[in-house]
Amino acid sequence: MGIPELKENWKNTINEVTIGATKEEGGTRCKTITLGGQSTLPFLSFEGDLPNKPVIAGYVADIVPDWPDVLKNAIGKEINDPIEWAQKNVEEFGVEAINMRFLGASEATKNRSPDECAKIVEGMLKTVDVPLILWGCGEEEKDNEVLPACSHAARGENCLIGSATETNYQTVVAICKADKHKIIAEAPVDINIGKQVNILLQDAGLDLKEVVMLQTTAALGYGFDYVYTILERARIAGLQGDKLMASPQLCDIGGEVWRVKEASVDEDILTGWGALEKRGPMWEAVCAGGYLQAGADLLIMAHPKAIKIIQSTINNLL
Amino acid sequence: MIFIGERINTGFKAIKEAVINRDGDVIKETAIKQQKAGADYLDVNLGAVSAKPEDLCWMIEQVQDAVDLPISIDSNKVLMLKEAIPMCKKPPLVNSTTADDFKLDAILPLIAEHKASVIGLAMDESGSPKTVDARVEFAGQIFAKIMEYDITPEQLFLDPIVMPLKFMQDQAKEILGATAQFKLFSDPPCHIVCGLSNISNGTTQKKLINRTFAVMLVANGLDAVILDVNDEDLVNAILTAELALNKSIYADSYIDAFRS
Repeated sequence: MGIPELKENWKNTINEVTIGATKEEGGTRCKTITLGGQSTLPFLSFEGDLPNKPVIAGYVADIVPDWPDVLKNAIGKEINDPIEWAQKNVEEFGVEAINMRFLGASEATKNRSPDECAKIVEGMLKTVDVPLILWGCGEEEKDNEVLPACSHAARGENCLIGSATETNYQTVVAICKADKHKIIAEAPVDINIGKQVNILLQDAGLDLKEVVMLQTTAALGYGFDYVYTILERARIAGLQGDKLMASPQLCDIGGEVWRVKEASVDEDILTGWGALEKRGPMWEAVCAGGYLQAGADLLIMAHPKAIKIIQSTINNLL
Repeated sequence: MIFIGERINTGFKAIKEAVINRDGDVIKETAIKQQKAGADYLDVNLGAVSAKPEDLCWMIEQVQDAVDLPISIDSNKVLMLKEAIPMCKKPPLVNSTTADDFKLDAILPLIAEHKASVIGLAMDESGSPKTVDARVEFAGQIFAKIMEYDITPEQLFLDPIVMPLKFMQDQAKEILGATAQFKLFSDPPCHIVCGLSNISNGTTQKKLINRTFAVMLVANGLDAVILDVNDEDLVNAILTAELALNKSIYADSYIDAFRS
């Protein structure tokens, strides 16, 4: 009688989702990224296959976000131009994808037209050679115009489009099918809605192998543990055989962390918390590192120092 | 839940005639219908129609031509199993062995060799047990024996032996008690399965009794079941029981999603 094997033997593997298309695949990207494919929990390489490393996408927006100087200065003057910002992300910060948000399309900011947004996408495709993740401004009505225009401008590039929710999924599915992109399925820190959105996407004729799940990311200190446990539970369910939960997962770290006081207010106000220049990027890195352990496959990040720390974390662990 | 579809059984007239006339279409249709309803395994039972292994193999062939589900081979005859197991495209579930040593020593080497799974009935040739303790004792004997053959708990499906409610009303709570105890044998645990429809034999409320007892069994640890997978109310009740036990994640469309 042999000694029983104590390793966990999961039934299912997480779906592999590739973003970006090379020339041979009908796009113009030099590199593509592949998420998922694991047959065990994060970093447990002794227990199963982890064919694809987690990926960092650099945060870029078409206007300068409402961010602290510590972050804006670390990015540099390129933050004023989305294409230069994207280029710096790829060439200097070493990110493997660009996450583009059209914050300027909102009526409350620049009310940028869908055509202008599409032109920025075209410019970005010419300037950087990594896969793109494209978002509107977060206002459903405007995004229904902006996303089709941006998606069309990147037709065949196999971008990741954000995002399909329980209410707007039909529009986003139509865009992704028409222009051959992948889709982000978003839920508001709710695993049940997360599963429901995937069911709806499947009913709308989308293969779940084209889906990356997003549970609205929480910054460290602001519900981090809720999102962590959802990511972890979804991943375990996916590995146990729940095919509706077997999608790779995305976290928007940069988009969330820099809104909280711990990452944006210096010690003149937060006495005893230490210099913001060090604390801010650490806050982003620690948040990202935590979500990696929970089962995040794609991290959107902003501060070059935080990006560097997480790149090294990933390389040390895998 | 592992759903094992019970309809390819010569106890049903249409299947019996199909086997006698070698009419593969009836078997294929029954296989496809059960697959669509969400079956994970299809039980194939030649029954008393024939004692020839080639007839059982023919039935399995028809099923495998129609669907890609693994087969539950409903036979405890070693000669039959020796022919049938190797022709299964996916590791099959052998249904079943009792706790008798002579039976286990004949069947378990086949299970180990083909990395198949096996249903172990908590009884021996002297008959069915009446108490929780007797069931646990038989199940324990089977469990000890699979370890000798390097068969993992995941390959074992223990069956607490379901008795008809109408004739042995005192047995239901013994079956539930045994189910709960089987789960404690090992970590990870073995599977626990039963032939559900036995519970409603001879009654006038078959579907309701099946459904009610299924939910009670799930609450006690049942994770596989031989059933009429086309009984939607029954399957829906089991899916719902698993949600209530937090074994699966709720979504508004969980019923539709199971069948899509």
